[in-house]
Amino acid sequence: MLIQHAATAGAHPLSGTVADYVWLLPILPLLGFIANGLLSLVASVKFGPDDPSADHNAGSHDAHAGEHGAAVAHGDDHHPVARHPYAFLASLIGPGVLVLTFGLALAMFAAMRGAGGGEMHAAFIQRYFSWMPVGDLQIDVAFQLDQLSMLMVLIISGVGALIHVFSVGYMVDDPGYPRYFAYLNLFVFFMLVLVLGASYPIMFIGWEGVGLCSYLLIGYWFSEKANADAGKKAFIVNRIGDFGFLVAMFMLFANIGALDFAGVNAGAAQLGVGGAVVTAICLFLFLGCAGKSAQIPLYIWLPDAMAGPTPVSALIHAATMVTAGVYLIARSNVLFALAPVASLTVVVVGALTAVFAASIGLKQWDIKKVLAYSTVSQLGYMFMGVGSGAYVAGVFHLMTHAFFKALLFLGSGSVIYAMHAAYHHTGKHDDAQDMRNMGGLKKFMPITWVLMWIATLAISGIPPFAGFFSKDEILAAVHNHGRHGTALDSVTFLGLPGGMIMLFCYVLGLAAAFMTAIYMTRMMLYTFHGPNRTGDKERDHLHEAPWVMTGPLVVLGVLSAVGGWFNLPSFFPAGPGAVLEHWLEPVVGASTARLTGGATTEVAHSTELILVGIAILVAVGGIALAFARLKPDALVPKNDALPEQGFERVLANKYYVDEAYDAAIVNPIVATSRGLLWRGIDVGLIDGLTRLIVQGKDDDNTPGAVPMGGLLTRSIGWVGSQLQSGQVGTYAWVLVVGVLFVLGAFTFR
Amino acid sequence: MLAESLFFSAVLFTIGVIGVLTRRNAIIIFMCVELMLNAVNLTFVAFAQVYGVAGQVFVFFVMTVAAAEAAVGLAIIIALFRHRQTVNLSNINLLRG
Repeated sequence: MLIQHAATAGAHPLSGTVADYVWLLPILPLLGFIANGLLSLVASVKFGPDDPSADHNAGSHDAHAGEHGAAVAHGDDHHPVARHPYAFLASLIGPGVLVLTFGLALAMFAAMRGAGGGEMHAAFIQRYFSWMPVGDLQIDVAFQLDQLSMLMVLIISGVGALIHVFSVGYMVDDPGYPRYFAYLNLFVFFMLVLVLGASYPIMFIGWEGVGLCSYLLIGYWFSEKANADAGKKAFIVNRIGDFGFLVAMFMLFANIGALDFAGVNAGAAQLGVGGAVVTAICLFLFLGCAGKSAQIPLYIWLPDAMAGPTPVSALIHAATMVTAGVYLIARSNVLFALAPVASLTVVVVGALTAVFAASIGLKQWDIKKVLAYSTVSQLGYMFMGVGSGAYVAGVFHLMTHAFFKALLFLGSGSVIYAMHAAYHHTGKHDDAQDMRNMGGLKKFMPITWVLMWIATLAISGIPPFAGFFSKDEILAAVHNHGRHGTALDSVTFLGLPGGMIMLFCYVLGLAAAFMTAIYMTRMMLYTFHGPNRTGDKERDHLHEAPWVMTGPLVVLGVLSAVGGWFNLPSFFPAGPGAVLEHWLEPVVGASTARLTGGATTEVAHSTELILVGIAILVAVGGIALAFARLKPDALVPKNDALPEQGFERVLANKYYVDEAYDAAIVNPIVATSRGLLWRGIDVGLIDGLTRLIVQGKDDDNTPGAVPMGGLLTRSIGWVGSQLQSGQVGTYAWVLVVGVLFVLGAFTFR
Repeated sequence: MLAESLFFSAVLFTIGVIGVLTRRNAIIIFMCVELMLNAVNLTFVAFAQVYGVAGQVFVFFVMTVAAAEAAVGLAIIIALFRHRQTVNLSNINLLRG
């Protein structure tokens, strides 16, 4: 390993502290990946190819026996087969490296606080070696530790460690267990590279790497085609977004000449406020965010990604990777502050996504699909935050969302685990993820029930749980930052003034909050309340998950309950105040001021309290409506259920967006490839020409041979053959004439 | 002295070339090739008088290679004769296209 400590970091307050070992943060999970990968390889050499769930399939319940047929991607129908021979080692290494990473991150956090914390204005940058020294393009492999990346590292390694521990219980009986932890460790490595990278290209390595790991883990049970297809869909849709990220990097280099964050931030001002170039750069960056963070129009991969194991959904597709887009915008805040139009676009897309996905979530039956659309919707919230210049609020919601959504996913994992165990005992073949097959689970899993209610209240925005504070801050920012005189108000968008758009987005945000409260309560009611619909024999086998799974749930439950105290609003009478805002001030403070500048965004306390009141009213109203209208007693198991009618059917089918994409994009591409490119150009033109030119009468038995084919080739060949007389004398003559010609050419030129 | 030597070697070389081109007997062609080689050797030696000893060194290399070539060449001709009872190259045209 080539590690040289750069002299430039010498003067930084963090140098000489534990922060010098920032490279160790990603290296630890990488070592875990290597170790677990070796375990998997060694086992497959020693005991034969274990894994690919071949056994898993043979003994598996067919999760597709339902009206949705094979098109539904279901993971999680794993069943205890033979435990992997190295399961114990993998259980130690996988979560172990994450716990070490989290410990190291905590030590660095302490060092950072000791070095001034929120007062530290320059990022701590460690350069290791030069990656691309090409002319003006100088890209170093360098890591950057500042308040924002520190926070992200803490979230990733902390929530990641909890989810790794949960995975021990959830996945230990899977035949590919070490492979699972290898992928999960590799994911954490790339995620840390993403947030620690000191330049866009290094970040892009992490960005692509987490995409790869997401693909590998969505298709973890790849022997089922639906799972493998879901992985491919995620990968391809993300490539569309990555195209935007790449173009943005090219434009940055062409216009600023730098790609490291420090250089870009220093040179951004020369692009001018609201300039076409900076707006284009930001919009291309946002295209990348829309892919990675599942925003309209590229959100379609995330619900399908639920085909992966449930802890993967919690870690990658809820808590960390999908928030990378929010991090990217927060990291590029200097650019976005210069481009109000792009920022407004982010708000609009975020608001539309929040409402759209929340409405789909209202009618999903698969418990993980509900949570998936909820994630898309909440990511929309985060983008509303960072788009409106409230970078702190966006990142704050990123953090609280990581707590309560990881809890919700892991809780649903517990539920699915219990359902599977029950089905497995009796050998019943049914869908363990469909809420119509659950019901009344609070009797059997009281811990999970309580904890998931905490998370539900948090995500719905009920005080004093975590989600209330972050969501309220975002809504307040969208409401206030578009007031008269701000940069966001000064631009027009689709012919409308920015302020009006912002107000419209605020209303959309409230609508999304209302629906969030409804669908989350619906999920809780159908899963945990009412009568049990699992089956008479199965009911006896439903039970709470082991402590290794409920332990992380309890920790996340505490965080979901108190996570909001990290950033309390100013009107709040007690508590530590706006800690997070103060912490992130050096990174994003100037940009927030620029976007909201020109008008005082400090609104009267009464207005603020009214906004809070509206938010609480909406959340309580949603929950109350769900309790009043939804009747878990009237539900019938999935196989007896009638299909939905009217608009409910449209929602249950996700507005037919996948079908529309198929009709508009996928099918034309497939038809063109098959009809024109394959049958027409490849078989018709290229193969036809080949037959015409080379195949002769000897090849006439070849299908499609042309009778006179090869005539041209044969004619040319005959002329060439006449030169070969076989007479050595003739060759010698040709040689001498050639030598004389060359000599003559040199002499008389 | 140099001019005369070069002229003489040119004459020898030309005789060799004409021999290779006009004769059909493999052994005579072979001898003509040797003649060309030695014409070149003469040039080397002649130039060595003016430009230093390197030319003479080269001559040794040429003689060594020529000796090896003679051994292989004569062996081929003998094998050819045993096979075809002739060394007339006009009759040997197996490589005709």
